[in-house]
Amino acid sequence: MLRETPFHPRTAALMEGQAWRRWAGYVVASAYELSHEREYHAVRSAAALFDVSPLYKYLIRGRDAARLLDRIVTRDVAACKVGQVLYTPWCDARGKVIDDGTISRLDEATFRMTAADPSIRWLHLNATGLDVAIEDVSERTAALSLQGPNARAILELACGQPLSALRYFRLTTGKIRGVPVTISRTGYTGDLGYEVWIDAGQALVAWDALVEVGTGYGITPAGMLALDLARNEAGLLLIEVDYISAHHAVIDAQTSTPFELSLGWTVALDKERFIGQDALRAEYARGPAWRFVGIEIDWVSLERLYADVGLPPKLPTTAWRTSVPLYVGGQQVGYATSGCWSPLLKRYIALAHVEAPYGEPGTALEMEVTVEHRRRRAAAAVRPLPFFNPERKRA
Amino acid sequence: MAQTWDAIIIGGGHNGLVTAAYLARAGRKVLVLERRYRVGGAAVSEEIYPGFKFSVFAYVVRLLRPEIIRDLDLPRHGLEILPLESTITPMDNGDYLGAWGDPDKTRREISRHSPRDAEAMVQFGRLMHHMAQAVKPILGMIPPDPTSLSPRDLLGLLKLGRHFRSLGPEHVHALYKLMTMSSADYLDEWYETDVLKATKSASGIIGTFLGPRSPGTAYVLLHHYMGEIDGSFRAWGFAKGGTGAISESIAGAARRFGAEIRTDAPVAHVLLKRGRATGVVLENGDELRARIVVSSLDPHRTFLQLVGESELPDDFAADILRYKFRGSSGKVNLALDELPNFTCLPGVGPHLRGAISISPSVDYLEHAYDDAKYGEFSRHPYMDVIIPSMIDPHMAPPGKHVLSIFVQYAPYNLTGGWTDAKREAFGDTVVDTLSHYAPNLKQAILHRQVITPADIERITGLTEGNIFQGELALQQLFFLRPAPRWAKYNTPIRRLYQCGSGTHPGGGIMGASGRLAALRILGDGR
Repeated sequence: MLRETPFHPRTAALMEGQAWRRWAGYVVASAYELSHEREYHAVRSAAALFDVSPLYKYLIRGRDAARLLDRIVTRDVAACKVGQVLYTPWCDARGKVIDDGTISRLDEATFRMTAADPSIRWLHLNATGLDVAIEDVSERTAALSLQGPNARAILELACGQPLSALRYFRLTTGKIRGVPVTISRTGYTGDLGYEVWIDAGQALVAWDALVEVGTGYGITPAGMLALDLARNEAGLLLIEVDYISAHHAVIDAQTSTPFELSLGWTVALDKERFIGQDALRAEYARGPAWRFVGIEIDWVSLERLYADVGLPPKLPTTAWRTSVPLYVGGQQVGYATSGCWSPLLKRYIALAHVEAPYGEPGTALEMEVTVEHRRRRAAAAVRPLPFFNPERKRA
Repeated sequence: MAQTWDAIIIGGGHNGLVTAAYLARAGRKVLVLERRYRVGGAAVSEEIYPGFKFSVFAYVVRLLRPEIIRDLDLPRHGLEILPLESTITPMDNGDYLGAWGDPDKTRREISRHSPRDAEAMVQFGRLMHHMAQAVKPILGMIPPDPTSLSPRDLLGLLKLGRHFRSLGPEHVHALYKLMTMSSADYLDEWYETDVLKATKSASGIIGTFLGPRSPGTAYVLLHHYMGEIDGSFRAWGFAKGGTGAISESIAGAARRFGAEIRTDAPVAHVLLKRGRATGVVLENGDELRARIVVSSLDPHRTFLQLVGESELPDDFAADILRYKFRGSSGKVNLALDELPNFTCLPGVGPHLRGAISISPSVDYLEHAYDDAKYGEFSRHPYMDVIIPSMIDPHMAPPGKHVLSIFVQYAPYNLTGGWTDAKREAFGDTVVDTLSHYAPNLKQAILHRQVITPADIERITGLTEGNIFQGELALQQLFFLRPAPRWAKYNTPIRRLYQCGSGTHPGGGIMGASGRLAALRILGDGR
């Protein structure tokens, strides 16, 4: 049996179409309603409430906690202030990305790390000789993500404290109906949003409080289909979809470095020694072979391909997660790994790996589309990421 | 120093703003002149009662062209179209008919009334899909004049001819029927459930001075299905922040491309020199010069008021005088302390996030029209009701609501004319009728705004309060909109263009007229 998250008693009651899916051994909702559309729009117009409890969470404590993390991840953890959150990948010795997640500095010597994959072994392997305690708190910590323009107003009401001073990628503590919570201004939607971390035993208190005060603000429990659309618009990577973990890759070609994923900004090459540093330095010097970019499929071109067979353009109603070839002048120069029709932007967008020379915004290329069982190519162009970046995200 | 512009756009409604944005995007120096204190025309959101925002006039967006959203990058300027996916029609026997976003749910619901109709719906939908696809390209083209021999017109006609040939005889025949029949007759060929036919035909009468049994109304059904083709890319629904947010986003785009927008700047008339437009004179006497003048106002305002009948060729003036407006609808906006509780579906539910149609039978609608034919507002009007605050909570304070009621028929030419007393009586009729289905409505009302066609005309300038800048009747469409030979956004006055809903294709918040006008102007090298 798959496990149920601490919020399952509430989420199960909302489920209209038995649309569950797996996430890290748990069942979570793909969509609560029969269509995910309203759940998606809540992210951009009101507030969507996601159960993100299946994330792996680790507490790393002790005098050398920062040193351990600095040894593992590419960002500079020593420079991370108390109350700050870092998004970061971590790599193997070849500089190939193993996973990506967040590191929150809860106090001088305590960090919480989130990961998509189990990481306890990797943390321990690299902790030799360091004064740290590593604890897997995945099961005892529940997490909710409240995303959208009304997220702040709702959360302020629920925890009774102002949050306007809480900056992007910072965290604070508070109480919801007497239950202690950590609130981080983070998320996976590219919108104004917060994640609430709470003891699993009292998780329902937070859910109930948020839903109750949020109803007048349009709070809408939302599933993974809505989240997937939002993260495409935000240009955020998904492990095992947009890249393969170096720990899972079967052949070398399946792996990627942070530079190849356009995550160069997360690589602090000059900090103290970290795993993959030498390889990444060398790669930085010669330049990465690949870039991770946004792609917009040209509407007129797509419309023409469908008109050729007498159809109006067919668009994906949910985000897709397959590998789709990209071409320039008949030569394959890359592949898209995620894509969707953006209901907000009215654009057909995708996230893609392209050979470095084709990574500049504006570069014209073609994407394979299957029109009535036949492979065709639609005009497309490289676009800067994120596709959607509202001011409220950081304001 | 006298400033000159490449183009002056008269009127800051959504079409005027679209034209302005496209011209500015092409590098033209553009000035928009709006009479009111804010842009938007009939697509405005206003806080009529503290804390409650109303889409005062137009309240949904059905066919805003996705290419406009993309070309002008409107989401960056705040545009978001939210789904409005269900329609319920309360019935007099206490039951209701529902159409939901989910096809299985809808089929099961219609089966409850008639299993035969539930099956017909699929076939009907397929045919209408084909019809809408047949008509859709026409919406996106500058109408060619079938009597002209100019290469541009011939090319357009050739394209159109090829297009119709590609449809195949079956669809051409169906299209002909759709163009000539009444919506009630047309739907009779398909369905047996009265309330279903009534609700579907209601979409064929919106904004016209016609009833469901008037020939020509079947065609307007298509507009609804065109929304459904676009359904996959959801170009219709409810604009977050109300319809004013659409206007504001287009204005934002226009400004970003460099256009200047002046509000409180009413234009008195178009400046003419030897039959050529050279600028405008504001009501305050200021003269502003431009290489071209583009009017987004309706054909009466543009030609009879801003230009003057004496400046127009006789036959053209006669055509414009004959052009029909006949506003037939009004609007009631309510601020509510609590949600309306419908007897047929009590409590809060997803039905309150969609449309509520007061169209219990075809006879009900036809009777409503009967009143209007003889100069009265309907004693039992057709109403299209939505609760914007259920879709976008920003429209009202938390826990409170706004209710938008589109009402038909309310004839512009009311016997004895519209007075304050008549307006209130009209408002009472609307609230009484709706209270019949939701008895708690009256006690929940915090504020009531009643808008008659005369108010629409007074506030927005739309002649006779017609929401489409002239009826969407077949004799006023395509190469006849607004007048034969002048349906391509140009006018008999050189350097004066038109870009409002009174030009092809017109109607609703589409922006297609504004965009096509801009393409024509740029095509002329202006």
